[in-house]
Amino acid sequence: MITFEHVTKKFADNVGLEDISIKIEKGDFVFIVGPTGAGKSTFIKLMQKEIDADSGKITVNGKDITNLPNREIPKLRRSLGIVFQDFRLLPKKTVYENVAFAMEIIHTPAKQIRRQVPAVLSLVGISSKADKYPSELSQGEQQRVAIARAIVNKPTVLIADEPTGNLDPDTAWEIMRLLEQINLRGTTILMVTHAKDIVDKMGKRVVTIEKGHIVRDEFGSYGKEVNGKGMYPGGLLRKSYVR
Amino acid sequence: MLGSLGYSIKQAAVQVFRNRAMSLASLFSITAMMLILGLFFVLIVNVGVAMETAKMDYDTVSVYLEDSVTYAEANTMAETLRAMPEVSEAEYLDKDTALSQWKSQSWGENSYLLDTLPENPLPNSIEVKVKELSGADAVVEKVNTFNGIEKIRYYKETVEKLVKITDSLKLAMLIIMLFLVIVSIVVVSNTIKLTVFARQKEIEIMKYVGATNWFIRGPFLVEGIFIGIISAGVSVGVVALAYSKIIGMMSRDMTLMIGMPMVSVGFLSTNLVWVFLALGISIGACGSIVSMRRFLDT
Repeated sequence: MITFEHVTKKFADNVGLEDISIKIEKGDFVFIVGPTGAGKSTFIKLMQKEIDADSGKITVNGKDITNLPNREIPKLRRSLGIVFQDFRLLPKKTVYENVAFAMEIIHTPAKQIRRQVPAVLSLVGISSKADKYPSELSQGEQQRVAIARAIVNKPTVLIADEPTGNLDPDTAWEIMRLLEQINLRGTTILMVTHAKDIVDKMGKRVVTIEKGHIVRDEFGSYGKEVNGKGMYPGGLLRKSYVR
Repeated sequence: MLGSLGYSIKQAAVQVFRNRAMSLASLFSITAMMLILGLFFVLIVNVGVAMETAKMDYDTVSVYLEDSVTYAEANTMAETLRAMPEVSEAEYLDKDTALSQWKSQSWGENSYLLDTLPENPLPNSIEVKVKELSGADAVVEKVNTFNGIEKIRYYKETVEKLVKITDSLKLAMLIIMLFLVIVSIVVVSNTIKLTVFARQKEIEIMKYVGATNWFIRGPFLVEGIFIGIISAGVSVGVVALAYSKIIGMMSRDMTLMIGMPMVSVGFLSTNLVWVFLALGISIGACGSIVSMRRFLDT
């Protein structure tokens, strides 16, 4: 579970986020949408504690991270898997090694790595490419590897920053189905995106950020006009939702 | 923990190899720095030993007496001096004993040459050993109140001058060393920065996946330390080799010329190994930490 309570983060040249309050329950699938520079990245960076909030309180999995000491940050990040638009795989490592790498750096025993990596590769559907290098894979396959790497350490939250931005529509949908599948296994998913068609078709919770404010927090669609009408009061949300 | 150490060492070896040109460059600059340092070290150690020897030899004040002074008077003087707190020993030395000592100590088998002297040229004297060289002045002051003193000989000023020279040499070495150490740290950190740049993506991913800063630093730290240790080894080898050659050529002459022994190669290199190792490791470690700072500011 993730909560933001009256969180403000200002930058020298613009407002990152201003007085944001939001609650994301465990197992939620949330889209974060909004124009470029609206504060979506700030939102993610605050959660990862890449930057610190000026005021307000942020909790991740029930733990207040506002004043988290530096040495605790790695622990926090282990509970947050992340996937990027540009995959960010290591080109000199094979698919298997790219995923195993994420486990190695948090001191996972070799035996456990050998067991878990094939399992997660099979989950994302690229078992057959385990020994290939990223350059030998299609874009969609590379994103699958990135997702495998993000979830191999069993994070409670998966953050996907424009995961379909570089993909053609068919491949994008494959990735979305994969994310949905991961979500069904209990992982909270937070996806930043511009892809209106995807957001509309998925029918999940959609949080719209604009100029540093949450201007809309609803289930269903990307939303057309935003003039305060569609805004969800106080950042609260409907508890149950069945698609 | 052991696992991550193994990982660090493996990664470091790969990095040094991939970056061999730059690794070699920083290895050379640290080695060059250490060689200059080694030169000073050799100098300082030898001057220091010479100083200690000098202090031991020159803690004596020789009081030469006129021939008119009787044995009894001389003994009284010696008694008075012995009572001073600065003095550890005061011995009357008559001219015949002095001559025979001089013969055996300084002339050796050529001492027969002195046998032709018409009379003993040496005066009777009181040899005063002081506890501390600084006490010599008090002794001289006291002696000046006695009658029948021909001459007072002591080496306080010479020794003090020597001490001053060694001190400024030590200070100069410290300053040069500091400067060289800083230069070396910069060179090493630049070398490592190259590997850091090459692995920037990897570092970023490591951070996102939740690797600790020390885990990320590990390989780079080992890389720096590795370069430092190799440089130390090379430097000690070169200095020891050069020094043993110098000793082989000069030691006998030096001992004869100034009556000072030179420090042995074994003693020098065992000391140098530790100094250089400590220096190499700290330079390597500092260099890598400096180069990583920007990438790990969480």
